[in-house]
Amino acid sequence: MADVNRGNRPLSPHLSIYRPQWTSVTSILTRITGNALLLASILIVWWFLAASYGPEYFETANAVLTSWFGDLVLFGSLWAVWYHLLAGLRHLYWDSGHGFELDVAEKLAYGVVGGSLVLTILTALVL
Amino acid sequence: MAYMTDRKRAEGMGSAKSGTEHHWHMMVSSVALAILVPLFIFTFGRILGAPYEEVVAYFGRPFPAIVAALTVVVSFLHFKNGVQVLIEDYVHGTMRKVLIIAMICLSYAAAGTGLFAIARLAF
Repeated sequence: MADVNRGNRPLSPHLSIYRPQWTSVTSILTRITGNALLLASILIVWWFLAASYGPEYFETANAVLTSWFGDLVLFGSLWAVWYHLLAGLRHLYWDSGHGFELDVAEKLAYGVVGGSLVLTILTALVL
Repeated sequence: MAYMTDRKRAEGMGSAKSGTEHHWHMMVSSVALAILVPLFIFTFGRILGAPYEEVVAYFGRPFPAIVAALTVVVSFLHFKNGVQVLIEDYVHGTMRKVLIIAMICLSYAAAGTGLFAIARLAF
């Protein structure tokens, strides 16, 4: 039967085999940032909910979001959201059938990382 | 064949038969979020940390309230489909279904809660 040797067959090379490259690392980071943004999103929805209840509940949520923990999560998420946004634009560019040459793909990876850092610092300065 | 669009040729392919719709949804929501997220960062970021009365007055204005409402709803719909792919890649069997269903419920719950809260704040 087809399933006799299930679980004991050789696997094709996967992540652990390959040397990390700008293209692969920026791709993995896209997934990590996108999903990690859930935490800040839930915090922000909770902040809105608390504000809609009234001043007392608002003070509680506002204290959490402006605490060192809130600052850490929101500042980290600020970078994550800029990173994910630029990486998403890169995906849209790829979806149009462009940018698959190795040198272009690497430049896009530098752009996504560098751009996200620049945008994060600029945003922090403006706000 | 020559008259078929790329999308028409791709529709219904793959084991789930719905990959084209999934991809299209991610594309549409990502374009929307590319506009909404910067607007939200600078509207929400400006008011975060302000006292209660200022926050209520701020979201009583149409622009910050509409940006916040759209960002919360579109973000969670985008998250719902994005996290589904994450789960499908790493979790198998019944736990995969449980997690996907839980994340879909969480996404709609968060979107609905955010929308209600912003509306209540705005009116």
